[in-house]
Amino acid sequence: MTHSQWNRKDLIGLRDLKREEIELILDTAASFSEVSQRSVKKVPALRGKTVVNLFLEPSTRTRMSFEIAEKRLSADTIGMTGSASSMTKGESLRDTAQNIEALKVDLIVMRHPSSGAAYRLSQYTSKAVVNAGDGINEHPTQALIDIYTIREMKKDVKGLKIVYLGDILHSRVARSNIWGLTKLGANVVVCGPKTLIPKDIEELGVKVEFDPLKAVQEADAVTLLRIQLERQNESLFPSLREYADTYGMNEKMFQRAKPDAILMHPGPVNRGVEIESSLADSPRSVILKQVTNGIAVRMAVLYLLSGAPTHE
Amino acid sequence: MSNGLHRRQAKNLVIRNAHVVDPFHKIDDTLELYIKNGKAQKWGKKLEVPADADVFDAKGLYLFPGFIDLQVHFRDPGFENKETIESGVIAAISGGFAACVTMPNTKPTCDNAQVVKYQFDRGALSDFNIFPAGALTQAIAGQKISEMSEMKHAGAVAVTDGSNWLQDSGVARRAYEYAATYDLVVMSQAEDLRLSAAGVMNESVVSTRLGLRGRPGAAEDIATARDLELARLTGCKLHLTNVTTKRAVEYIREAKQEGIRVTAQATPHHMFLTENDFVTYDTNFKMSPPLRSIEDQRAVLEGLKDGTIDVIGSDHSPHAAEEKELDVEVAPDGVVGLESYFGVIMTALYHGLKMPLANIVQKMSLKPSEIIGKPKLGRLGEGELANFVIADLNYEWVFEPKHIHSKSKNSCFFGRKLKGKVIHNFVNGYHYDFAK
Repeated sequence: MTHSQWNRKDLIGLRDLKREEIELILDTAASFSEVSQRSVKKVPALRGKTVVNLFLEPSTRTRMSFEIAEKRLSADTIGMTGSASSMTKGESLRDTAQNIEALKVDLIVMRHPSSGAAYRLSQYTSKAVVNAGDGINEHPTQALIDIYTIREMKKDVKGLKIVYLGDILHSRVARSNIWGLTKLGANVVVCGPKTLIPKDIEELGVKVEFDPLKAVQEADAVTLLRIQLERQNESLFPSLREYADTYGMNEKMFQRAKPDAILMHPGPVNRGVEIESSLADSPRSVILKQVTNGIAVRMAVLYLLSGAPTHE
Repeated sequence: MSNGLHRRQAKNLVIRNAHVVDPFHKIDDTLELYIKNGKAQKWGKKLEVPADADVFDAKGLYLFPGFIDLQVHFRDPGFENKETIESGVIAAISGGFAACVTMPNTKPTCDNAQVVKYQFDRGALSDFNIFPAGALTQAIAGQKISEMSEMKHAGAVAVTDGSNWLQDSGVARRAYEYAATYDLVVMSQAEDLRLSAAGVMNESVVSTRLGLRGRPGAAEDIATARDLELARLTGCKLHLTNVTTKRAVEYIREAKQEGIRVTAQATPHHMFLTENDFVTYDTNFKMSPPLRSIEDQRAVLEGLKDGTIDVIGSDHSPHAAEEKELDVEVAPDGVVGLESYFGVIMTALYHGLKMPLANIVQKMSLKPSEIIGKPKLGRLGEGELANFVIADLNYEWVFEPKHIHSKSKNSCFFGRKLKGKVIHNFVNGYHYDFAK
């Protein structure tokens, strides 16, 4: 697939994308990665285009990464943060879409606490919508970053054993990765207590493993998912102590993976909970590489969407 | 009543050639009817046409008792932006109904005789039959039982906490016993809300795929089993609304065999749609209980066929457009249903499953009339006010917003091809002509 064949208005999730589309984004990202190495870190690809970053849920990393990607593409950017709760009282997604459209922007990057919000916004506007995380549903750019990083380290993801450890139920990162990686032929294993595994997730083509030692065995890559501390109150696991003790990644557990296995985390990391601090800083960890790759991947997504014909 | 409907006091008429289906009198045949002064004066194989009467040729059309919906939300008083009794009545009449049982989750809550009387009177003002259901517990808070005796005297026909299923079994036992004292039917929408907490749709691989929080069918199964056991214990008349799961149907079937006084109800949307229709995050498919799996849908249809499920109710739940435009997790549950009711039922059960007409008709009229103890409705009588519909079972149409008279347009049936439509509705002696 080539750039000229890209015809999507939006990036809502990896569930919708074909394998070739995912590969096109990754290949485009590879060509953008060099921009960040230059002394003048800027290309004119989005000059004259306006991007709105609408973050209705707290986010620093994703928002920063998008803003840097936009600026390196020479786009004009506007940031708007707020809580969705104040929006939901007064303003519907349709109003949000219409208001932004009235400002004559070209792309909308949105993070929203509700699953499906990005899709619904995209239905209400002719402008390109990039999903920067919707509820527990998808976080497609993060998954593309993860896949990009795995490809960078391992050449091809096909046939690799890739493990997700932790709160799968509430993880949009895991969901997007599952869609993307299974399309690219990886063997995905999810692992956590049953309370944190979504119903019938095996039907998405992944393997469920409750024992982390078995899950990590011979893995090529292990992604640790952030455990949200407030989940303790929902009786999803009894205590952080027991969680860290059972599912927390440490040197010993990681030795079961392949010798060249990589350790990933979409951030922000709870050191001492899902990962032993020293391991997070070890050469096996590609966590910071993921952050750097985020810029190129997001540049690629914005670039492809800005060129696609808009649907009225 | 200035409502946009074409209405007049029914003329003196002889209706000819209509195929009449009346499950109570076991009529399923072509019959003639003489209407005089708004009353169904005489039925017969062949009637003389009196000098004062016109002839209405209903060849090819069917005549049924007017429908009775045991579960509608008319939001009045308190949420008149969504619906009023007046606008709800217009929607009901358009859908072929002669009577509706209104749900008590109004503001103030219908948990006292004053609100019951207000709703009852508002129905009468529109020449319609509104039978309020009172709240089972005060303020639908699930703690103290409501003033059921007073509400019954004011016109309430049932008690229910609606979609706020009474979680506390101790309070529920007392409430069901107290209702039994006054022979008030307890209507229960059985779903353990602690188990389905924060869920948006049915829990299954479909919710996993969509990244939406699920409401497991087990929440309904557990609550259904609890209610059936309380009905056994207390001897109350239990009517389970919104039956949607396979296990719930099985529990009810078994309970009926054991002689427990239970009746059951399903909605048109749960017989016509499944969780797979949710794929576009369209809030018009968000309802309580949620659309279920294909297996559940099949079980509901089977329950309708074999009589486990007695009644079809719309659970008409109007919500303002701005509320349904919110994101899917925040938008309120519920869909309107009065005006798609008949078309959907005919399409699914009559044309689709080839269910006998008499079996379908009794679920829309006779059974509901028996459950709320209104025997003059739900069957055809002589000397009673005309309450019947004339329908074209082969009329094909696509359901659209323009067909909705309700104040709210949150339907899950837009764009659906339906077969079967009410053409005339006679309500309390008034004639509404939808062919005009």
